[in-house]
Amino acid sequence: MRAVLTIAGLSLLTGQAVADDVAIEVGIPRLDVAEYHRPYVAIWIANPDHSVVSNLAVWYQQGETGEGKGETWLKDIRQWWRRTGRELAMPVDGVSGPTKAPGTHEIVLPSDKGAFGNLKPGNYQLVVEAAREVGGRELVSVPFTWPLKGEALSTSGERELGKVTLRLAGK
Amino acid sequence: MKTTFLKACAVAALALTIAGSASAHRAWMLPSSFTLSGEGQWVTVDGAISNNLFYPNHHAMNLDSVTVFGPDGKPVEAQNKASGKYRSVFDIALEKEGTYRISSGGAGYMASWEEGGERKRWRGTAETLKSEGIEAKPGVQVTGNVRRIETFVTLGAPTTAVFATEGTGLELKPVTHPNDVYAGEKVSFQLLVDGAPAEGVEVDIIRGSDRYRDSEDGLKLTTNAEGILTFTPEEAGAYWLSASAEGKSMLNGKEIGVRSSYVATFEALPH
Repeated sequence: MRAVLTIAGLSLLTGQAVADDVAIEVGIPRLDVAEYHRPYVAIWIANPDHSVVSNLAVWYQQGETGEGKGETWLKDIRQWWRRTGRELAMPVDGVSGPTKAPGTHEIVLPSDKGAFGNLKPGNYQLVVEAAREVGGRELVSVPFTWPLKGEALSTSGERELGKVTLRLAGK
Repeated sequence: MKTTFLKACAVAALALTIAGSASAHRAWMLPSSFTLSGEGQWVTVDGAISNNLFYPNHHAMNLDSVTVFGPDGKPVEAQNKASGKYRSVFDIALEKEGTYRISSGGAGYMASWEEGGERKRWRGTAETLKSEGIEAKPGVQVTGNVRRIETFVTLGAPTTAVFATEGTGLELKPVTHPNDVYAGEKVSFQLLVDGAPAEGVEVDIIRGSDRYRDSEDGLKLTTNAEGILTFTPEEAGAYWLSASAEGKSMLNGKEIGVRSSYVATFEALPH
């Protein structure tokens, strides 16, 4: 009994997938460019008409650097800024996070509370937008029906984003 | 010496008359950013009267009449003002969130009359019209003019308190907010003249960088009964909107003609 509890506790701490959690994978490609800065990335759930349901993550430079405060460039995540960012008081708890290095990054969210817990059954899209300083911008969206079925849903960016996948964690 | 003085007068006159589409010369102000996020943000604004948009190649804009209104409607200082040969420049510190209106222009009168067989022309304000006895000249024709050259910048979410607050001449009121314009999406602006919907006003809309095109490819629109113009910017970029209207006004019990001109610069972002 004790052993089981420990494992459950560990899995929560590490964000390890428990059945029915939602996993989002976002690929950030390694780019061979003269001046590379990690992209600013926003991840949100939108209705089919583009209106925003909820923000899941915004990765940006939160401190102040020689180039000023990172929030200066949030407007470059253009679509996100228009749809929701400009209405928010940043940072947002549980949404704001630091920029990520190239690679695949996984976010695991519970399906029974928070953004997905509050989601009414229906059609939505997972939107991921990346904007890179001295670089490009790209937006991809993955249409999905909530609640999710077993299969993983994926799409791929062409330049600034790699593969983006939405699936039930542990499946 | 005399030539220099005459030249100076010509420049001053030019600066006063140029505003709208009637002239090939175009007055404009172009901010370094239209949309901003974060804190401690600044914009630097160029002002010029030029043939091409938005390339200074004719006259620097006179900055004496530039007023900046913050999101709460209160004036904000235009800092680091400087005028070069072709371009003027100033900076604005954006300390409050919302939409700022950057406005240049003014109002005045023109008069003409016969004196000693010669046609006399005069230009001035309501005060000098009176103090110089212009109104009393025999057979005098007086016309008024109201000029406005504007642009808008927004820190954070767009707000609307700064629009159409003066009630004189032509003003722009958002249906679509000018800092919320996207290529390929329908845009509507309302024009007001003396605070009321300006029906039947002709409006020119031209995308910048026309010097890299063989034709300016502008849009010619006319406002509807509500003073509203609707268009879809096909491409992203900075756009120049110019409108002018003829109207009537009362001056000391006499009806006079008034010409109002309006220019706004805005950007359409890629969708």
